[in-house]
Amino acid sequence: MGQTLIEKLVTRNIQRHEEQTGIHSVTAAKAGDIVTVSVDRVMIHDIFIPFVAEKFEEMGFPKIWNPDKVVLIYDHLVPASQQDDVRHFKIGDAFAAKYGMKNVHRSDGICHQLMTEAGYVKPGDVVFGTDSHTTTYGCVGAFSSGIGYTEMASILGTGSMWIKVPETIQVKIEGVLPAQVTSKDIILTLIGDLGADGATYKALEFSGSTIENMTVASRMTMSNMAVEAGAKCALFTPDEKTADYCQISLTEQETALKGDTDATYCQTITYKAEDFVPVMACPSQVDLIKPVSQLAGTKIDQVFIGSCTNGRYEDLEAAAQVLQGKTISPFVKLIVTPASRQIFTEAAQSGIIKTLTAAGAIVTHPGCGLCCGRAGGILSDGERVVATNNRNFLGRMGTSKVEIYLASPVSAAMAALKGEITPP
Amino acid sequence: METFKSKVWVLGDDIDTDIIIPTDYLALKTIGDMKKYAFSPLRPELAGQIQPGDVIVAGKNFGCGSSREQAPEIIKALQVRCVIAKSFARIFFRNAINNGLLLIETPDLTEQVEEGQEIEVCVNHCIKCNGKEYPIASLPQNLVDIIQAGGLVQAMRKRNGLEPLE
Repeated sequence: MGQTLIEKLVTRNIQRHEEQTGIHSVTAAKAGDIVTVSVDRVMIHDIFIPFVAEKFEEMGFPKIWNPDKVVLIYDHLVPASQQDDVRHFKIGDAFAAKYGMKNVHRSDGICHQLMTEAGYVKPGDVVFGTDSHTTTYGCVGAFSSGIGYTEMASILGTGSMWIKVPETIQVKIEGVLPAQVTSKDIILTLIGDLGADGATYKALEFSGSTIENMTVASRMTMSNMAVEAGAKCALFTPDEKTADYCQISLTEQETALKGDTDATYCQTITYKAEDFVPVMACPSQVDLIKPVSQLAGTKIDQVFIGSCTNGRYEDLEAAAQVLQGKTISPFVKLIVTPASRQIFTEAAQSGIIKTLTAAGAIVTHPGCGLCCGRAGGILSDGERVVATNNRNFLGRMGTSKVEIYLASPVSAAMAALKGEITPP
Repeated sequence: METFKSKVWVLGDDIDTDIIIPTDYLALKTIGDMKKYAFSPLRPELAGQIQPGDVIVAGKNFGCGSSREQAPEIIKALQVRCVIAKSFARIFFRNAINNGLLLIETPDLTEQVEEGQEIEVCVNHCIKCNGKEYPIASLPQNLVDIIQAGGLVQAMRKRNGLEPLE
């Protein structure tokens, strides 16, 4: 019987695990199986480092299973905005030094961007991270999922983790997207159709010509937000674009990483690319999706373009195209946050940063502070923000009376220009 | 079979982890420092009102959002006896089990119970409320093992041949 992409990935992982450990598990993983996978990489971000370190010590492991497989990234608290933040860096540095972890990023950008950009993740890998948006690495055909700090501590000791192989929702998209419609509009539409719990405990598997023609950066936006529908992971079949992005040649095993035509899917959703329109998630539900045209005229106070969802080069470029030679509304603050130092550098060299600042944007250091309301760009009662990040939860970017609209970089830039929500 | 009676606090659908503990407080030194901010965006007074042994009843998708394990740890620190919901988000579910916090999924209770009411929970069997019984499903054995060990830290200590932590 055919296998879904996640079933193939898990099977491949277990086969490799068997070679290393001699433990026989299942020969062909299928949805519902509870199996132990060997972990190819883990990511721990600053906000949870003290807890991971504490739980790891409490568990009593003598050493970390493989320090080279561990990546520590300081992003939520960089630069520090409160006194307590510094403690996280000190504990992180001491933890890395004690157990010989060398992959520590202190000012390079947002964890999910760095994990793919720096080549820590490749097709077929099994990766866990302490951030829920670890689903992002499905963009290159890896099984990746967010976990808590206690499970992370146990992986540091054992190199393995139990999982239940998820059922898969197949999402097929064919055709050419209309101008000004981006992958963000696709994933928001899908979340609206599924609901915020519509993919709970499940994998999403994307396919079709629209997906094949999409950049890895655009796919990343979709796998990033899959967790907003509750998904355990969101997978794209590795292809030549993936290979270029990861700077690898696809092996025979990797090119075989695709869902079989006779695989069993719990649900199949089919879209025509031509039917998509620019949409936004309205306050304060990520699945309350409305066409931008219906929201036109809604006055706003701030626009945020950035985050692990939409802080990539192509996102800054899309915003710059909207803002080129124009000036934003005098009543709006526009904050742009590149997802990594590398993206910042490239955008500075190509002139995109100059275009954005000339139009009235503030460009900030790469990091997570704005998206999670932790540092910078905080709003107050009654204020509205159009933002490209992934969550519009109550109180996420300031007080619980702030209204957050989630949008693509194109829609966000349009809103900044007019001072109100405006269809592209 | 373990049975207990508890007073109920009722919350709605999609109670996300930012509501359970906002990002602002995640870098405080201890879970004890954080717990007074539990549920603050929605009901700032709630953390001060919850009494040890109380139960939270919610709608669907409880715990959606972040992987922050502080969320179930804080609920445990408030000495909430268990959380009953129509459904739980995946990461929250795993985090709660790993901290030995009992979660119960049941589809019909939420609309039938009022805040302040007392209910009776028969673990792995049913919930009794207003003279009606609401069946509850058993957890898979590997999860029961973790809860019985007192959470994942204790389970790993046992694996490593160490005494349980106090």
